Amino acid sequence: MGERVLMKGNEAIAEAAIRAGVQSYFGYPITPQNELIAYMSVHMPAKGRTFIQAESELAAINMVYGAAAAGMRSMTSSSSPGLSLKQEGISYLVGAQLPAVIVNIMRGGPGLGNIAPSQADYFQACKGGGHGDYHLVVYAPATVQEAADLTTKSFDVADRYRNPVLILGDAIIGQMMEPVVLSESTPNPPPKPWAVGGIRNGRKPNLINSLSLEEGVVEEWNWLFKAKYEEIKKNELMVEMLDCEDADLILVAYGTTSRICKEVLRQSRARGLKVGLIRPITLWPFPYRAIAQAARKTPEFLVVEMSLGQMIEDVKLAGLGDAAIHFHGRPGGGVPREIDIREIIEHVLVQKRAGKIATRGTVIDWEIS
Amino acid sequence: MEMEKIAGRSSLWDAKPSPYCPGCGHGVVHRVLCELIEEYNLADNCVFMAPVGCSILAYTFLGLDVCQSAHGRTPAAATGIKRARPDTFVLAYQGDGDLASIGTAEIIHAANRGENITTIFVNNAIYGMTGGQMAPTTLAGQTATTCSNGRDASLGMGNPLRVCEMLQSLAGVTYLARTTVHTPANVIKTKIAIKKAFDVQLKRQGFSLVEILSSCPVNWGMQPVAALDFVDKKMVPQYPLGEFKVGGVSVTPGA
Ligand SMILES: Cc1ncc(C[n+]2csc(CCOP(=O)(O)OP(=O)(O)O)c2C)c(N)n1
Ligand code: SF4
Repeated sequence: MGERVLMKGNEAIAEAAIRAGVQSYFGYPITPQNELIAYMSVHMPAKGRTFIQAESELAAINMVYGAAAAGMRSMTSSSSPGLSLKQEGISYLVGAQLPAVIVNIMRGGPGLGNIAPSQADYFQACKGGGHGDYHLVVYAPATVQEAADLTTKSFDVADRYRNPVLILGDAIIGQMMEPVVLSESTPNPPPKPWAVGGIRNGRKPNLINSLSLEEGVVEEWNWLFKAKYEEIKKNELMVEMLDCEDADLILVAYGTTSRICKEVLRQSRARGLKVGLIRPITLWPFPYRAIAQAARKTPEFLVVEMSLGQMIEDVKLAGLGDAAIHFHGRPGGGVPREIDIREIIEHVLVQKRAGKIATRGTVIDWEIS
Repeated sequence: MEMEKIAGRSSLWDAKPSPYCPGCGHGVVHRVLCELIEEYNLADNCVFMAPVGCSILAYTFLGLDVCQSAHGRTPAAATGIKRARPDTFVLAYQGDGDLASIGTAEIIHAANRGENITTIFVNNAIYGMTGGQMAPTTLAGQTATTCSNGRDASLGMGNPLRVCEMLQSLAGVTYLARTTVHTPANVIKTKIAIKKAFDVQLKRQGFSLVEILSSCPVNWGMQPVAALDFVDKKMVPQYPLGEFKVGGVSVTPGA
């Protein structure tokens, strides 16, 4: 076991990546992830590894593309507006089957928005973002410890499936300090016989590419990707279920909002209200089955997000049967308050939805409209 | 008596039909590159960076590791490979739409960082692959599908972009030259320039780029011979030939 240290989320992600054997980091400054690039600028060169402050996020992700093509563990990090620029490169990484780790410390948007915490890039992260039919494995850490642990895991998962992995945090996860124990294990990347570069020593030429003008070839590649995604769904799904067994209402939240919900759960249970929590740790693959199963016993669901409502579409898609689904969300850098979530729980469980609830961002009996 | 073989197809070029149109400059440039890679015995540790443009198809016949990246992003991807594997000889190949339009930021910054890569920049004054649209290097008055009355800066279409002149001021650039492949003598000069660019990378001396004027008879709407004449009479005056930087020192081309 390593030493317990106090670290910001951004720095813990950086240090975990270094320990996971990241050989090349390429970034571009943007708040609220600047501690990550600053950490890398010191510690990567000190270890003889590659650090470049690129001219843009476009360049950074394409440098990742090159370094990954050369078989190296590579990474970039940014925040929402920067992730928009990286979408081109992400699509190409998927198309060329290159492993890479990408970090998004989300901030308020759209546009330049602000630097406050947000979860409004859920659609972008989980539903594509770039062009083409694809998925990233998307991890949503809720603590600094988890941010570090999932970063370590990301490199292995990216290598295993030759697909980029996204770590989706927000300004609070990135900026807050918490104690963390960093892994001491030695990285063990698999051999990459497909990589380009280095001395070939007689092996056949390799090709890193996402183009084919021959009929049917790109379709076949997509079928191959699909098979990979099915494997990922089987093997990589992560979800935390808290007090769901006897729950009358289940909160569904990830990342920072799940922490707020956990506190509300504690307070509600203290009052005798049977509240549970489902916290997706992987946003893709999404725990549809766990939610659907919980809905067989629990009649009420409340989804809480720092957005106008994005993950809630997946919760609904899980198939809730007769269970009702409610929503509370704050967009543009707003953070849900415990008092507002408690009020909704009170309204649903105690007052049995009698009267009106005026809290902004709240939808009782949410429907796809 | 055994006859000495003095010319032939490079062994790096698979015996497949060329994907290029008759009279296209890309094939000539590829041949020169293949010859040099063989002469330097580099095939075993070279990565050819294919652009988005007609020459993207190079991977279908070149016996080299090939990495193809997004339109214009070759200098960034090449940077990633070279930094990850400094023992690799990284040969980036870009057209004028790729390098001088969508990828201007990437080429300027790779050059400015002095990335130890070699870029072959094929300037045919048009977008070939997409069917003959105006490029940043299209000449004043030259017609294209998106400037059918001729490129006219007074109508907001911009002026022909001179890449060598633009990159010359950057301290990271060690070798910079503009050549053409429209006559055999110029093909030999091109080969000499590329050789110097290769030497820069092999000696780890920084960024090197050779701009090569090339013909696109199909999209220029010309017979191959007329296209070669167009390079000679129209392109060369706009894009003066010669070396712009040698050993990191600026020189005046033709001086
Ligand atoms: C992002 C993006 N935009 C546009 C295109 C379409 N496209 C393909 S090749 C090309 C231009 C190629 O021209 P050039 O670089 O001059 O090379 P040439 O074909 O003339 O050799 C364009 C615009 C693309 N592939 N990707
Ligand atoms: S379209 Fe032009 S650049 Fe492309 S292969 Fe034909 S002649 Fe060459």
